[in-house]
Amino acid sequence: MSLLEIDLVVPRDAFDVVARLEVPSGRALALVGPNGSGKSTVLGAIAGLVAATGTLRLDGRDLAGLPAESRGIGLVFQDLLLFPHLSVRDNVAFPARVRGSARAAARAAADPWLDRFDLRDLADRHPGALSGGQAQRVALARALASQPAVLVLDEPMTSLDVEIRDEVRADLARDIRAFDGPTIVVSHDVADAALADEVAVLERGRIVQRGTLAQLAAAPATPWVRRFTR
Amino acid sequence: MPASARRRTRRPGPVVTILAALGLALLVLPLLGLLLRAPWGELPRLLASTEVLQALGLSLLTASLSTLASLVLGIPLAVLLAHSVAWSVVPRRLLRAVITIPMVLPPVVGGIALLLLLGRRGVLGQWLAEVGVTLPFTTGAVVIAQTFVAMPFLVFAVEGALRSADRRSELAAASLGASRAQVFRLVTLPLVAPGIGAGAVLCFTRALGEFGATITFAGSFPGVTRTLPIASYLAMNSDPDTAIALALLLLAVSLAVLLALRDRWLPGVVR
Amino acid sequence: MRRSALPAVVAGVVLLAGCAAPAPTAEPDALAGTVTVLAAASLAGPLDELAAAFEDTHPGVDVVISYGGSSALAEQIVSGSPVDVFFSANEATMATVADAGLAVDPEVLLTNVLQIAVPPGNPGGVTGLADFADADLTIALCDPAVPCGSAAEKLFAATGITPSADTLEEDVKAALTKVALGEVDAALVYVTDVIAAGDEVDGIEVPEAADAVNRYPIARLSGAPNADAAHAFVDLAASAAGIRFFTDAGFGTP
Repeated sequence: MSLLEIDLVVPRDAFDVVARLEVPSGRALALVGPNGSGKSTVLGAIAGLVAATGTLRLDGRDLAGLPAESRGIGLVFQDLLLFPHLSVRDNVAFPARVRGSARAAARAAADPWLDRFDLRDLADRHPGALSGGQAQRVALARALASQPAVLVLDEPMTSLDVEIRDEVRADLARDIRAFDGPTIVVSHDVADAALADEVAVLERGRIVQRGTLAQLAAAPATPWVRRFTR
Repeated sequence: MPASARRRTRRPGPVVTILAALGLALLVLPLLGLLLRAPWGELPRLLASTEVLQALGLSLLTASLSTLASLVLGIPLAVLLAHSVAWSVVPRRLLRAVITIPMVLPPVVGGIALLLLLGRRGVLGQWLAEVGVTLPFTTGAVVIAQTFVAMPFLVFAVEGALRSADRRSELAAASLGASRAQVFRLVTLPLVAPGIGAGAVLCFTRALGEFGATITFAGSFPGVTRTLPIASYLAMNSDPDTAIALALLLLAVSLAVLLALRDRWLPGVVR
Repeated sequence: MRRSALPAVVAGVVLLAGCAAPAPTAEPDALAGTVTVLAAASLAGPLDELAAAFEDTHPGVDVVISYGGSSALAEQIVSGSPVDVFFSANEATMATVADAGLAVDPEVLLTNVLQIAVPPGNPGGVTGLADFADADLTIALCDPAVPCGSAAEKLFAATGITPSADTLEEDVKAALTKVALGEVDAALVYVTDVIAAGDEVDGIEVPEAADAVNRYPIARLSGAPNADAAHAFVDLAASAAGIRFFTDAGFGTP
């Protein structure tokens, strides 16, 4: 059981983004807020892709000084960023290859993930030939295949057609519950708050409120929160 | 848009078609003339002559060396150029202009510039001469001249590939645990490889056809500096049949390079 | 309307007819049009002056000269290039044109001898033709396929010297440029080129060269677009006044 303690500051042009959050293992936090409030910046800082000051503790161990590849933070990007030159199978096998497995062994390690996300039939396709929903499953499988300690999802629904979002969201909620470690979901859509146990609201780089969706709806701290929970 | 509407994309109008046909004719008819007037019966004898074989061997050797040099120096330069978008306007534009110059400079002028730099009395050349290194009239000079004119093609092709490839894939790779070296090897290089391949082909064929800078800087001596284009130009004076044979050879080598590298390594460049 | 226009039309037709038909014996001012001349590169300076003098005498004529290696020029003519006059650097290249039935009355006007050109100050310490066999010197020659080169070849054969060249240039001006730039220690070019280059090169005479003289024939061409002007131009070149342009530049006469 781990605890993720975030205490990071990222300087930006208009304002600093200050993120002070805790997420326990097995729990999911939805980080919501208006566009431009700094949500993606927080994600980037957690993953180590954006420079930040402060600490990032996982079970007391500070990850803030580590480079991105050593942090064990699995990130599903808004644009998914699947490797276009690799097949679905090789995309999901990538984390194993990076850990030192030979190509065949890495592919074998990817098979359980392909099964779990129903990707066997698509295994030899390339990302360009996938639908939005299929690509998202691949991105999630790939991130989980790297056996991360923390799972972070950036606007998971935006790359999908509106019609399938509800269905995909239900599957995603199930996958998140199945994940052992702490999970953070970034979104601007209130429907995505259903993916998480708690919601934290980021406005202009500051956490302005935190609680369950019901608590936010009952006592909105800002006009945006009130509109968000309506 | 329904599938049937997509299939019915509008065909080019008559004006476009006529102009395109004229353009195609301009490019194809001279080659056709060459093929029609070629002394096909004489070709085996002409192609087996020492001067032709020497010129062919020299051209292939120097063009290959120039392409190699262009890869070693040009890929890092392309990386620099791709990074320069983060610079301020003046240095960024200056870098791009400087790399473009050998492409627009008349090759003979390029040759003269090389001579003034690396010739016996050249700015750098005089120091080289003191340590016993003379470049003009050597095969090395041919490689330098060819690299000078051909490298920019490779630089821009690779830069284009670097810019269009989604470099954020590298971020994804890092988040999945890949070190910088692994990112470069497993993600960046494969993404950019087609662009490098296309650039290398352009570079090779440009180096193969290079004439003005070579003859001015390196001179013209059989087996040492007389490449296929130079030999062909000289042969026009006395023996047009040999000149045509040499021209056909150049054409054949260029086509062979383009066809051999199609699709397998250069998807999208030559289908 | 039509009646008043008719006189103008008739006058116009008469005028046009007068311009189109050249007088059988051309008076100086009746010559018009362009005279296209292909000439050996070594004739450049003096031939330009001759052309200017011709244009002064015949204001209606424009002389257009294209210089190059005589062999390449001969090939152009044989391929059908519409040229009025050919002035070449050796009899062999003129023969190429004559054999194709295109040259009318070729006449040798000038001679030229080979001379050694060295960079100012003679850094290579060249003393004579024998030094051309020295592999340590950087030497430029014309390729045997061009007149300057074939003359050089004959000269070396006659003197029994085997030259050790580093580059065989396509035309004599290219060889001369390399001397002027100091890139080569010596080149074998025409005496007229050495004179034309002035201070940029020094010349060393080759006594044996008098035996391997280049002869420069001129001819108007049978397919000349401007036959009358071509004839007049050749006449001027062959005249005493015309020849003097060339002898002043170092050419000799046969």
